[in-house]
Amino acid sequence: MGKRTIIPFGPQHPVLPEPIHLDLVMEDEVVVEAIPSIGFIHRGLEKLVEIKEFTEYVYVAERICGICSFMHGMGYCQSVEHGMNLTIPRRAEYLRTIWAELSRVHSHLLWLGLLADGFGFESLFMHSWRLREKILDIFEATTGGRVIFSVCKIGGVRRDVSNETLQSIIKTLVDMEAEVKELTDVFINDYTVKSRTVGVGVMSLQEAHDLGAVGPMGRASGLVQDMRLLGYAAYDDLDFAPIVETAGDSYARTVVRIREIFQSIDLIKQAVAKIPDGEVSVPVKDVPRAECFERLEQPRGEVIYYTKGIGTKFLERVRVRTPTFANIPPLLHCLKGCDLADVPILILTIDPCISCTER
Amino acid sequence: MYENSIIGIEPANLMKEAQKLKDEGYRIVQICANKVNGFELSYSFDREHDMKTLRMIIAEEDEVMSISHIFFPAFLYENEMKDLFGIKITNLVLDFNGNLYKLAQKTPWNPQN
Repeated sequence: MGKRTIIPFGPQHPVLPEPIHLDLVMEDEVVVEAIPSIGFIHRGLEKLVEIKEFTEYVYVAERICGICSFMHGMGYCQSVEHGMNLTIPRRAEYLRTIWAELSRVHSHLLWLGLLADGFGFESLFMHSWRLREKILDIFEATTGGRVIFSVCKIGGVRRDVSNETLQSIIKTLVDMEAEVKELTDVFINDYTVKSRTVGVGVMSLQEAHDLGAVGPMGRASGLVQDMRLLGYAAYDDLDFAPIVETAGDSYARTVVRIREIFQSIDLIKQAVAKIPDGEVSVPVKDVPRAECFERLEQPRGEVIYYTKGIGTKFLERVRVRTPTFANIPPLLHCLKGCDLADVPILILTIDPCISCTER
Repeated sequence: MYENSIIGIEPANLMKEAQKLKDEGYRIVQICANKVNGFELSYSFDREHDMKTLRMIIAEEDEVMSISHIFFPAFLYENEMKDLFGIKITNLVLDFNGNLYKLAQKTPWNPQN
C-alpha cells in the first residue's frame, strides 16, 4: 500500500458550475475513497412554504433549478393536485408533457456541452449549446421565458399553445434531429472522447440498485427505472420504454442521455399528434387538506415531491428529493479506484445539479 | 397501477421493518422529517416503481437509530434531518455532526433546539 494523501477537490473547480467539495483520499494517482461536503448554497426553499400560499409556491419550486425549472413546477403542481383530487384538463397534461420532454432535450444538450468542455473539446461544447438554443427559442415562443417559465399552475397551465405552433415545433425538432445526430456521433464514436469515458467509473446493476442511483446514472447500469412508466401527465397515452444500457461506465451514461434526446423528440411528436382540443386549466376552489408523494422523471432522474396540506392556504410541509441528492452515494462509489485525472469527468457524468440538491 | 402507500410503525420497530424491506428487495429513495407535535419521520422505499413509506412519530428528545447500516444512502437524508430539524440520529455510517449544510441559523425547522 502506497502512502495515502488527501487532495481537496472543489468547491471551486473549472468543471463545476456549482460548488461541491470532495476530500479525495489518494494512493499515488488512484482514488481510494471520496468524502463529500455539500451545503455551500442551501437556500431553505422548502421552509419558504410557511409564508407562501400554496398557489404561489409554484414560483419557488421553479427556482429550485434553472435547468429543470419547468419540471419542478410540474412536480409541485401534480403533488398538490393529487392531494386535492383535482383533475386537470387533458390538454394541459399533454402540454406539460411536451414542455417536460423539451426540458429533457435541452438539459441533455447542455450536459453534453459541459462534458465536452470537461475534456477540453471546446468546439463540441459550442455546437451542443448552439443546438440547445433552438429549444430555448421554443420555450420563449410558447411560454415567454427561456429559463423560468411560470407556465404551470395548480389546476393546469397558464397558456395554451396553438396547434399551428405545435406543428412548427415539430418542424424545428425534425430539422434539428440530423444536426443532433451529427453532434452525438462524435460523442459515441470519437477515439479521444471514448478514451475518457469507456471503462471509467463502472457501476454494476446491483450497486446501482443498492446505492439508490436514479435517472441515466442508474439506467446506464441496466436499472430499468423511469418514473414516466407510472403514466403521469400524458405518458399513459404515449408509446414509451426506458432507455437502458448495461456497461455502467461513463460512456454508457453518455449513450443513455444521447438516446434519450431522440426518444424525447419522438415523445413530443406522439404528444402533438394526439393532443386533444379543450381547456387548459380548471378553477381551484378549495385548499389542500391531504398529503401526497409524487414521483416524476426529470432529465437527471427521479424527483420526489411531498406536499402536505392542512386545510389552510399554507401547506404544512413541502419536501423535494432531487435526483442529484440520490446520485451522490453512487458517485462516491464510482470514484473509488479511478485515476485522479478522471475525477472531473466522473463527477460530470452524474450530471450534478447542486442548486437542486441543496434547495 | 403502482403502489404508493404509507404504513404507520412504532419507532422501536424501525430497524426490523427496514431490514425486512431490504430483504424483500426494496431500496431507500427518501427520508422526510416534519415538525408536528414532536417529529413525524417518513422513510420511503422503492421496488420496481412500487413505493412504500414507513411513517413514525417521535418525541423531540428521542434518539433515532440510523438505518444507514442497512441502506447506505440513508446517511445523507439522516444528516440532513440532523442539520435542519435537530433530530438526534445515532450510529450513522458517515456523521457530519451538524455540518452537512452551512446554515446561518442552527436547525431552522426547530429553532429552540
